[in-house]
Amino acid sequence: MTDALQKAYDQELSLTGKEIIQQLLKNADIARSEEVPMCQDTGFAVVFVELGQDVHIEGGALEDAINEGVRRGYTEGYLRKSIVGHPLERVNTGDNTPAVIHLKLVPGNKMKITVAPKGGGSENMSGIKMLKPAEGVEGVKKFVLDTVKAAGPNPCPPIIVGVGIGGTFEKCALLAKEALLRPVGTPSHRPEIARLERELLDEINSTGIGPQGLGGRFTALAVHIEIYPVHIASLPVAVNINCHASRHKEIVL
Amino acid sequence: MTMTKIKLTTPLTDDVVEKLRIGQRVLLNGVIYTGRDAAHKKLIELLDTGRELPINLRGQIIYYVGPSPAKPGNIIGSAGPTTSGRMDAYAPRLISLGLKGMVGKGKRSPEVVKAMRQHKAVYFAAVGGAAALISKCIKECEVVAYPELGPEAIHRLVVEDLPVIVVNDTLGGDLYEEGTKIYASK
Ligand code: SF4
Repeated sequence: MTDALQKAYDQELSLTGKEIIQQLLKNADIARSEEVPMCQDTGFAVVFVELGQDVHIEGGALEDAINEGVRRGYTEGYLRKSIVGHPLERVNTGDNTPAVIHLKLVPGNKMKITVAPKGGGSENMSGIKMLKPAEGVEGVKKFVLDTVKAAGPNPCPPIIVGVGIGGTFEKCALLAKEALLRPVGTPSHRPEIARLERELLDEINSTGIGPQGLGGRFTALAVHIEIYPVHIASLPVAVNINCHASRHKEIVL
Repeated sequence: MTMTKIKLTTPLTDDVVEKLRIGQRVLLNGVIYTGRDAAHKKLIELLDTGRELPINLRGQIIYYVGPSPAKPGNIIGSAGPTTSGRMDAYAPRLISLGLKGMVGKGKRSPEVVKAMRQHKAVYFAAVGGAAALISKCIKECEVVAYPELGPEAIHRLVVEDLPVIVVNDTLGGDLYEEGTKIYASK
Protein backbone atom coordinates (compact mmCIF):
# COMPACT_ATOMS: atom_id res chain seq x y z
CA MET A 1 0.00 0.00 0.00
CA THR A 2 2.80 2.40 0.89
CA ASP A 3 4.44 1.74 -2.48
CA ALA A 4 1.19 2.43 -4.30
CA LEU A 5 0.74 5.69 -2.38
CA GLN A 6 4.33 6.71 -3.01
CA LYS A 7 3.86 6.19 -6.72
CA ALA A 8 0.65 8.21 -6.61
CA TYR A 9 2.51 10.95 -4.76
CA ASP A 10 5.18 11.08 -7.46
CA GLN A 11 2.68 11.22 -10.31
CA GLU A 12 -0.20 13.28 -8.92
CA LEU A 13 -0.69 16.53 -10.84
CA SER A 14 -2.81 18.36 -8.31
CA LEU A 15 -0.87 20.16 -5.58
CA THR A 16 -3.70 19.60 -3.14
CA GLY A 17 -3.70 15.95 -4.13
CA LYS A 18 0.03 15.67 -3.54
CA GLU A 19 -0.27 17.28 -0.14
CA ILE A 20 -3.05 14.89 0.81
CA ILE A 21 -1.10 11.81 -0.26
CA GLN A 22 1.87 13.12 1.69
CA GLN A 23 -0.35 13.37 4.78
CA LEU A 24 -1.52 9.81 4.23
CA LEU A 25 2.06 8.54 3.98
CA LYS A 26 3.01 10.43 7.12
CA ASN A 27 -0.10 9.11 8.83
CA ALA A 28 0.84 5.53 8.00
CA ASP A 29 4.30 6.17 9.48
CA ILE A 30 2.89 7.53 12.72
CA ALA A 31 0.40 4.67 12.96
CA ARG A 32 3.17 2.14 12.49
CA SER A 33 5.69 3.65 14.88
CA GLU A 34 3.20 4.47 17.63
CA GLU A 35 1.06 1.39 17.14
CA VAL A 36 -2.17 3.33 16.84
CA PRO A 37 -4.90 2.82 14.23
CA MET A 38 -4.25 4.65 10.93
CA CYS A 39 -7.97 5.40 10.82
CA GLN A 40 -10.34 5.72 13.78
CA ASP A 41 -12.84 3.53 11.94
CA THR A 42 -11.31 0.16 12.66
CA GLY A 43 -14.21 -1.42 10.90
CA PHE A 44 -16.44 -4.44 10.87
CA ALA A 45 -14.27 -7.52 11.43
CA VAL A 46 -14.62 -9.48 8.20
CA VAL A 47 -12.93 -12.86 8.54
CA PHE A 48 -12.24 -15.29 5.71
CA VAL A 49 -11.51 -18.83 6.84
CA GLU A 50 -10.15 -21.50 4.53
CA LEU A 51 -10.59 -24.68 6.47
CA GLY A 52 -8.77 -27.83 5.39
CA GLN A 53 -11.31 -30.67 5.36
CA ASP A 54 -8.96 -32.88 7.37
CA VAL A 55 -8.84 -30.39 10.21
CA HIS A 56 -10.80 -31.26 13.30
CA ILE A 57 -11.51 -28.41 15.67
CA GLU A 58 -11.73 -29.28 19.35
CA GLY A 59 -12.89 -27.44 22.40
CA GLY A 60 -15.74 -25.36 21.04
CA ALA A 61 -17.21 -23.70 18.00
CA LEU A 62 -14.98 -21.98 15.47
CA GLU A 63 -17.39 -19.06 15.30
CA ASP A 64 -17.15 -18.48 19.05
CA ALA A 65 -13.38 -18.61 18.89
CA ILE A 66 -13.30 -16.01 16.12
CA ASN A 67 -15.66 -13.71 17.99
CA GLU A 68 -13.60 -14.09 21.14
CA GLY A 69 -10.56 -13.09 19.08
CA VAL A 70 -12.39 -10.02 17.78
CA ARG A 71 -13.54 -9.12 21.30
CA ARG A 72 -10.00 -9.29 22.68
CA GLY A 73 -8.36 -7.66 19.68
CA TYR A 74 -10.69 -4.66 19.68
CA THR A 75 -10.64 -4.22 23.44
CA GLU A 76 -6.97 -4.83 24.19
CA GLY A 77 -5.84 -3.09 21.01
CA TYR A 78 -7.83 0.11 21.78
CA LEU A 79 -9.75 -0.17 18.54
CA ARG A 80 -13.10 1.53 18.04
CA LYS A 81 -16.23 -0.49 18.70
CA SER A 82 -18.33 0.24 15.67
CA ILE A 83 -20.99 -2.48 15.67
CA VAL A 84 -24.61 -2.14 16.80
CA GLY A 85 -26.46 -5.33 17.67
CA HIS A 86 -29.70 -4.57 15.81
CA PRO A 87 -29.80 -2.59 12.56
CA LEU A 88 -32.93 -0.68 13.60
CA GLU A 89 -32.60 -0.43 17.37
CA ARG A 90 -28.90 0.41 17.05
CA VAL A 91 -27.36 -0.27 20.44
CA ASN A 92 -23.58 -0.79 20.35
CA THR A 93 -22.47 -4.34 21.21
CA GLY A 94 -19.54 -2.79 23.04
CA ASP A 95 -16.84 -5.15 21.81
CA ASN A 96 -17.13 -4.95 18.01
CA THR A 97 -18.62 -8.45 17.78
CA PRO A 98 -19.95 -10.30 15.95
CA ALA A 99 -17.57 -10.74 13.05
CA VAL A 100 -18.77 -11.46 9.51
CA ILE A 101 -17.32 -14.88 8.78
CA HIS A 102 -16.88 -16.44 5.35
CA LEU A 103 -16.00 -20.10 5.61
CA LYS A 104 -14.66 -22.17 2.73
CA LEU A 105 -13.80 -25.85 2.88
CA VAL A 106 -10.57 -26.71 1.05
CA PRO A 107 -8.45 -29.86 0.72
CA GLY A 108 -5.70 -30.42 3.25
CA ASN A 109 -5.05 -30.20 6.97
CA LYS A 110 -4.37 -26.51 7.42
CA MET A 111 -6.52 -23.53 8.26
CA LYS A 112 -5.94 -20.10 6.77
CA ILE A 113 -7.54 -17.10 8.45
CA THR A 114 -7.61 -13.69 6.80
CA VAL A 115 -8.88 -10.75 8.81
CA ALA A 116 -9.98 -7.80 6.72
CA PRO A 117 -11.61 -5.11 8.88
CA LYS A 118 -13.89 -2.96 6.75
CA GLY A 119 -14.60 0.72 7.38
CA GLY A 120 -18.13 2.02 7.02
CA GLY A 121 -17.36 5.05 4.85
CA SER A 122 -16.17 3.01 1.92
CA GLU A 123 -18.53 0.07 2.45
CA ASN A 124 -21.49 2.46 2.25
CA MET A 125 -20.51 3.57 -1.23
CA SER A 126 -20.49 0.04 -2.66
CA GLY A 127 -23.20 -1.29 -4.94
CA ILE A 128 -24.56 -4.23 -6.90
CA LYS A 129 -26.63 -4.42 -10.07
CA MET A 130 -28.17 -7.23 -12.05
CA LEU A 131 -27.37 -6.26 -15.64
CA LYS A 132 -28.86 -7.80 -18.74
CA PRO A 133 -26.35 -10.00 -20.57
CA ALA A 134 -26.80 -7.79 -23.65
CA GLU A 135 -25.25 -4.87 -21.73
CA GLY A 136 -21.97 -6.75 -21.79
CA VAL A 137 -18.61 -5.31 -20.87
CA GLU A 138 -19.78 -1.73 -21.58
CA GLY A 139 -22.59 -2.15 -19.08
CA VAL A 140 -20.13 -3.48 -16.51
CA LYS A 141 -17.77 -0.55 -17.05
CA LYS A 142 -20.57 1.97 -16.83
CA PHE A 143 -21.84 0.57 -13.53
CA VAL A 144 -18.34 0.56 -12.01
CA LEU A 145 -17.71 4.14 -13.13
CA ASP A 146 -21.11 5.36 -11.98
CA THR A 147 -20.58 3.78 -8.57
CA VAL A 148 -17.15 5.38 -8.17
CA LYS A 149 -18.48 8.77 -9.30
CA ALA A 150 -21.43 8.63 -6.95
CA ALA A 151 -19.05 7.73 -4.12
CA GLY A 152 -16.97 10.84 -4.85
CA PRO A 153 -15.08 11.94 -1.76
CA ASN A 154 -16.95 9.74 0.75
CA PRO A 155 -14.78 6.61 0.71
CA CYS A 156 -11.61 8.65 1.31
CA PRO A 157 -9.94 8.33 -2.10
CA PRO A 158 -7.48 7.16 -3.31
CA ILE A 159 -9.49 3.95 -3.21
CA ILE A 160 -9.15 0.32 -4.23
CA VAL A 161 -12.04 -0.89 -6.35
CA GLY A 162 -13.08 -4.52 -5.94
CA VAL A 163 -15.36 -5.79 -8.70
CA GLY A 164 -17.27 -9.05 -8.91
CA ILE A 165 -18.74 -10.14 -12.22
CA GLY A 166 -20.96 -13.21 -12.54
CA GLY A 167 -22.31 -15.78 -10.11
CA THR A 168 -25.60 -15.16 -8.37
CA PHE A 169 -26.63 -12.04 -6.46
CA GLU A 170 -24.83 -12.98 -3.23
CA LYS A 171 -21.89 -14.71 -4.92
CA CYS A 172 -21.22 -11.61 -6.97
CA ALA A 173 -21.03 -9.40 -3.86
CA LEU A 174 -18.64 -11.84 -2.23
CA LEU A 175 -16.44 -11.88 -5.36
CA ALA A 176 -16.12 -8.11 -5.14
CA LYS A 177 -15.04 -8.36 -1.52
CA GLU A 178 -12.60 -11.18 -2.26
CA ALA A 179 -11.10 -9.08 -5.04
CA LEU A 180 -10.02 -6.59 -2.37
CA LEU A 181 -7.92 -9.24 -0.65
CA ARG A 182 -5.39 -9.29 -3.48
CA PRO A 183 -2.22 -7.28 -2.73
CA VAL A 184 -2.83 -3.78 -4.13
CA GLY A 185 -2.19 -3.60 -7.86
CA THR A 186 -1.69 -7.31 -8.48
CA PRO A 187 -3.38 -7.97 -11.84
CA SER A 188 -5.81 -10.80 -12.47
CA HIS A 189 -4.16 -13.95 -13.84
CA ARG A 190 -6.63 -13.84 -16.75
CA PRO A 191 -5.22 -11.61 -19.48
CA GLU A 192 -8.62 -10.32 -20.67
CA ILE A 193 -9.63 -9.45 -17.10
CA ALA A 194 -6.26 -7.85 -16.36
CA ARG A 195 -6.84 -5.67 -19.42
CA LEU A 196 -10.29 -4.71 -18.20
CA GLU A 197 -8.76 -3.82 -14.82
CA ARG A 198 -6.27 -1.50 -16.53
CA GLU A 199 -8.93 0.13 -18.70
CA LEU A 200 -11.21 0.73 -15.76
CA LEU A 201 -8.40 2.17 -13.66
CA ASP A 202 -7.60 4.60 -16.47
CA GLU A 203 -11.20 5.66 -16.82
CA ILE A 204 -11.68 6.05 -13.07
CA ASN A 205 -8.56 8.17 -12.86
CA SER A 206 -9.84 10.37 -15.69
CA THR A 207 -12.88 11.42 -13.68
CA GLY A 208 -10.83 14.07 -11.88
CA ILE A 209 -12.22 13.12 -8.45
CA GLY A 210 -8.70 12.75 -7.09
CA PRO A 211 -7.34 12.32 -3.57
CA GLN A 212 -10.15 12.99 -1.05
CA GLY A 213 -12.35 14.05 -3.96
CA LEU A 214 -10.76 17.49 -4.06
CA GLY A 215 -9.56 17.12 -7.63
CA GLY A 216 -6.67 15.18 -9.09
CA ARG A 217 -5.57 12.15 -11.04
CA PHE A 218 -5.39 9.51 -8.34
CA THR A 219 -8.95 8.57 -7.53
CA ALA A 220 -8.06 4.88 -7.39
CA LEU A 221 -4.81 3.02 -6.79
CA ALA A 222 -6.07 -0.22 -8.29
CA VAL A 223 -9.03 -2.09 -9.74
CA HIS A 224 -9.26 -5.79 -8.92
CA ILE A 225 -11.81 -7.96 -10.69
CA GLU A 226 -12.94 -11.50 -9.83
CA ILE A 227 -15.28 -13.45 -12.07
CA TYR A 228 -17.46 -16.56 -11.79
CA PRO A 229 -19.63 -18.58 -14.18
CA VAL A 230 -23.10 -17.20 -14.52
CA HIS A 231 -26.69 -18.13 -15.49
CA ILE A 232 -27.58 -17.69 -19.17
CA ALA A 233 -30.10 -15.01 -18.18
CA SER A 234 -27.85 -12.95 -15.87
CA LEU A 235 -24.93 -10.57 -15.67
CA PRO A 236 -24.56 -9.43 -12.07
CA VAL A 237 -21.87 -6.91 -11.25
CA ALA A 238 -20.85 -5.79 -7.78
CA VAL A 239 -18.52 -3.01 -6.72
CA ASN A 240 -16.98 -3.04 -3.27
CA ILE A 241 -14.96 0.04 -2.51
CA ASN A 242 -12.09 0.05 -0.09
CA CYS A 243 -10.22 3.06 1.19
CA HIS A 244 -6.48 3.57 1.42
CA ALA A 245 -6.79 2.36 5.02
CA SER A 246 -7.10 -1.15 3.62
CA ARG A 247 -5.95 -3.46 6.37
CA HIS A 248 -5.47 -7.19 5.89
CA LYS A 249 -3.73 -9.81 7.93
CA GLU A 250 -3.34 -13.46 7.10
CA ILE A 251 -2.32 -16.42 9.21
CA VAL A 252 -1.97 -20.11 8.40
CA LEU A 253 -2.44 -22.65 11.19
CA MET B 1 5.48 22.33 -2.72
CA THR B 2 4.24 24.42 0.14
CA MET B 3 1.11 26.43 -0.09
CA THR B 4 0.38 29.25 2.30
CA LYS B 5 -1.63 28.13 5.23
CA ILE B 6 -3.97 30.38 7.16
CA LYS B 7 -3.99 30.06 10.92
CA LEU B 8 -7.43 30.41 12.49
CA THR B 9 -8.32 30.44 16.15
CA THR B 10 -11.84 29.80 17.45
CA PRO B 11 -14.30 31.33 18.08
CA LEU B 12 -14.62 32.55 14.49
CA THR B 13 -16.24 35.85 13.54
CA ASP B 14 -18.19 36.67 10.38
CA ASP B 15 -15.29 38.84 9.18
CA VAL B 16 -12.83 35.97 9.27
CA VAL B 17 -15.23 33.43 7.81
CA GLU B 18 -16.25 35.68 4.91
CA LYS B 19 -12.69 35.99 3.70
CA LEU B 20 -12.13 32.26 3.35
CA ARG B 21 -12.19 30.79 -0.15
CA ILE B 22 -12.42 27.24 -1.44
CA GLY B 23 -9.09 25.47 -1.79
CA GLN B 24 -7.39 27.44 0.97
CA ARG B 25 -5.35 25.51 3.51
CA VAL B 26 -6.23 26.33 7.07
CA LEU B 27 -4.64 25.37 10.39
CA LEU B 28 -7.27 25.30 13.12
CA ASN B 29 -6.43 26.33 16.65
CA GLY B 30 -8.35 26.57 19.90
CA VAL B 31 -11.50 24.85 21.11
CA ILE B 32 -13.58 22.74 18.75
CA TYR B 33 -16.39 20.30 19.51
CA THR B 34 -16.95 16.79 18.20
CA GLY B 35 -20.31 15.41 17.13
CA ARG B 36 -21.71 12.67 14.91
CA ASP B 37 -25.29 11.77 13.96
CA ALA B 38 -26.38 10.48 17.37
CA ALA B 39 -25.24 13.65 19.17
CA HIS B 40 -26.74 15.89 16.49
CA LYS B 41 -30.06 14.15 16.86
CA LYS B 42 -30.04 14.85 20.59
CA LEU B 43 -29.14 18.51 20.07
CA ILE B 44 -32.03 18.98 17.66
CA GLU B 45 -34.42 17.25 20.08
CA LEU B 46 -33.41 19.76 22.75
CA LEU B 47 -34.06 22.65 20.38
CA ASP B 48 -37.41 21.19 19.35
CA THR B 49 -38.53 21.05 22.94
CA GLY B 50 -37.23 24.54 23.65
CA ARG B 51 -34.43 23.49 25.97
CA GLU B 52 -30.90 24.81 26.18
CA LEU B 53 -27.99 23.12 24.41
CA PRO B 54 -25.13 21.68 26.48
CA ILE B 55 -22.64 23.74 24.46
CA ASN B 56 -22.71 27.31 23.15
CA LEU B 57 -22.37 27.08 19.39
CA ARG B 58 -21.82 30.76 18.63
CA GLY B 59 -18.63 31.16 16.58
CA GLN B 60 -17.75 27.52 17.09
CA ILE B 61 -16.65 24.62 14.92
CA ILE B 62 -18.02 21.09 15.04
CA TYR B 63 -15.70 18.30 13.95
CA TYR B 64 -17.53 15.22 12.67
CA VAL B 65 -15.50 12.47 14.31
CA GLY B 66 -15.88 9.39 16.47
CA PRO B 67 -12.38 8.78 17.79
CA SER B 68 -10.96 5.37 18.63
CA PRO B 69 -10.18 4.82 22.34
CA ALA B 70 -7.02 6.46 23.69
CA LYS B 71 -4.12 4.18 24.52
CA PRO B 72 -2.90 4.69 28.09
CA GLY B 73 -0.82 7.86 28.19
CA ASN B 74 -2.39 9.33 25.05
CA ILE B 75 -4.87 12.20 24.99
CA ILE B 76 -7.13 10.65 22.38
CA GLY B 77 -7.13 7.72 19.94
CA SER B 78 -7.08 8.12 16.17
CA ALA B 79 -9.46 10.88 15.15
CA GLY B 80 -10.09 11.34 11.44
CA PRO B 81 -13.24 12.81 9.87
CA THR B 82 -16.41 10.84 9.23
CA THR B 83 -18.80 11.32 6.28
CA SER B 84 -20.53 14.67 6.75
CA GLY B 85 -23.62 13.86 4.69
CA ARG B 86 -25.13 12.06 7.66
CA MET B 87 -25.27 15.37 9.52
CA ASP B 88 -26.89 17.30 6.64
CA ALA B 89 -30.38 16.98 8.06
CA TYR B 90 -29.30 18.69 11.28
CA ALA B 91 -26.63 21.16 10.19
CA PRO B 92 -28.72 24.08 8.83
CA ARG B 93 -30.47 24.48 12.19
CA LEU B 94 -27.14 24.67 14.04
CA ILE B 95 -25.70 27.06 11.46
CA SER B 96 -28.66 29.37 11.98
CA LEU B 97 -27.76 29.40 15.68
CA GLY B 98 -24.29 30.74 14.98
CA LEU B 99 -22.20 27.67 14.21
CA LYS B 100 -19.39 29.00 12.00
CA GLY B 101 -17.57 25.92 10.82
CA MET B 102 -17.85 22.19 10.26
CA VAL B 103 -15.03 19.75 9.65
CA GLY B 104 -15.65 16.40 7.96
CA LYS B 105 -15.31 14.60 4.66
CA GLY B 106 -17.61 14.36 1.67
CA LYS B 107 -20.20 16.57 -0.02
CA ARG B 108 -22.88 18.62 1.74
CA SER B 109 -26.50 18.91 0.66
CA PRO B 110 -27.80 22.01 -1.15
CA GLU B 111 -29.66 22.95 2.06
CA VAL B 112 -26.44 23.02 4.06
CA VAL B 113 -24.63 24.99 1.34
CA LYS B 114 -27.48 27.48 1.33
CA ALA B 115 -27.41 27.83 5.12
CA MET B 116 -23.66 28.48 4.94
CA ARG B 117 -24.18 31.32 2.48
CA GLN B 118 -27.07 32.78 4.38
CA HIS B 119 -25.56 32.71 7.86
CA LYS B 120 -21.88 32.92 6.94
CA ALA B 121 -20.36 29.61 7.80
CA VAL B 122 -17.79 27.38 6.11
CA TYR B 123 -17.18 23.69 5.63
CA PHE B 124 -13.69 22.27 5.87
CA ALA B 125 -12.43 18.87 4.78
CA ALA B 126 -9.92 17.05 6.92
CA VAL B 127 -8.06 14.22 5.25
CA GLY B 128 -10.12 11.06 5.69
CA GLY B 129 -8.05 8.26 7.08
CA ALA B 130 -5.22 10.53 8.25
CA ALA B 131 -6.48 9.83 11.73
CA ALA B 132 -3.21 9.16 13.53
CA LEU B 133 -1.69 12.34 12.12
CA ILE B 134 -4.72 14.41 13.09
CA SER B 135 -4.76 13.07 16.64
CA LYS B 136 -1.27 14.55 17.11
CA CYS B 137 -2.84 18.01 16.73
CA ILE B 138 -5.26 17.39 19.58
CA LYS B 139 -3.87 18.71 22.83
CA GLU B 140 -6.84 18.36 25.18
CA CYS B 141 -9.94 16.22 25.10
CA GLU B 142 -12.87 15.99 27.49
CA VAL B 143 -16.41 14.71 27.17
CA VAL B 144 -18.89 17.56 27.69
CA ALA B 145 -22.18 15.87 26.78
CA TYR B 146 -23.77 12.45 26.22
CA PRO B 147 -21.02 10.21 27.66
CA GLU B 148 -23.41 7.27 27.12
CA LEU B 149 -22.79 7.58 23.38
CA GLY B 150 -19.17 6.43 23.73
CA PRO B 151 -17.18 7.54 20.68
CA GLU B 152 -20.25 9.51 19.58
CA ALA B 153 -20.31 11.68 22.73
CA ILE B 154 -19.68 15.41 22.34
CA HIS B 155 -16.03 16.06 23.19
CA ARG B 156 -14.44 19.43 23.74
CA LEU B 157 -11.07 19.40 22.02
CA VAL B 158 -8.26 21.90 22.12
CA VAL B 159 -6.40 21.69 18.84
CA GLU B 160 -3.15 23.06 17.55
CA ASP B 161 -2.62 23.55 13.81
CA LEU B 162 -5.15 20.94 12.73
CA PRO B 163 -4.76 20.89 8.91
CA VAL B 164 -7.98 21.33 6.90
CA ILE B 165 -9.01 22.59 3.46
CA VAL B 166 -11.90 24.97 2.72
CA VAL B 167 -14.48 23.06 0.64
CA ASN B 168 -17.53 25.33 0.86
CA ASP B 169 -17.22 29.07 1.41
CA THR B 170 -19.77 31.81 2.05
CA LEU B 171 -20.08 32.51 -1.68
CA GLY B 172 -21.48 29.07 -2.41
CA GLY B 173 -18.27 27.68 -3.92
CA ASP B 174 -17.70 23.93 -3.74
CA LEU B 175 -14.19 22.51 -4.06
CA TYR B 176 -15.43 18.96 -4.67
CA GLU B 177 -17.11 20.17 -7.83
CA GLU B 178 -14.48 22.68 -8.95
CA GLY B 179 -11.51 20.42 -8.20
CA THR B 180 -13.00 17.47 -10.03
CA LYS B 181 -13.77 19.62 -13.08
CA ILE B 182 -10.18 20.82 -13.33
CA TYR B 183 -8.69 17.35 -13.37
CA ALA B 184 -11.31 15.48 -15.38
CA SER B 185 -9.93 14.56 -18.77
CA LYS B 186 -13.20 13.77 -20.47
S1 SF4 C 1 -13.43 5.19 4.40
FE1 SF4 C 1 -11.57 4.20 5.22
S2 SF4 C 1 -10.09 5.83 5.59
FE2 SF4 C 1 -12.12 6.75 5.33
S3 SF4 C 1 -12.89 6.96 7.41
FE3 SF4 C 1 -13.68 5.04 6.61
S4 SF4 C 1 -12.17 3.47 7.24
FE4 SF4 C 1 -11.22 5.48 7.48
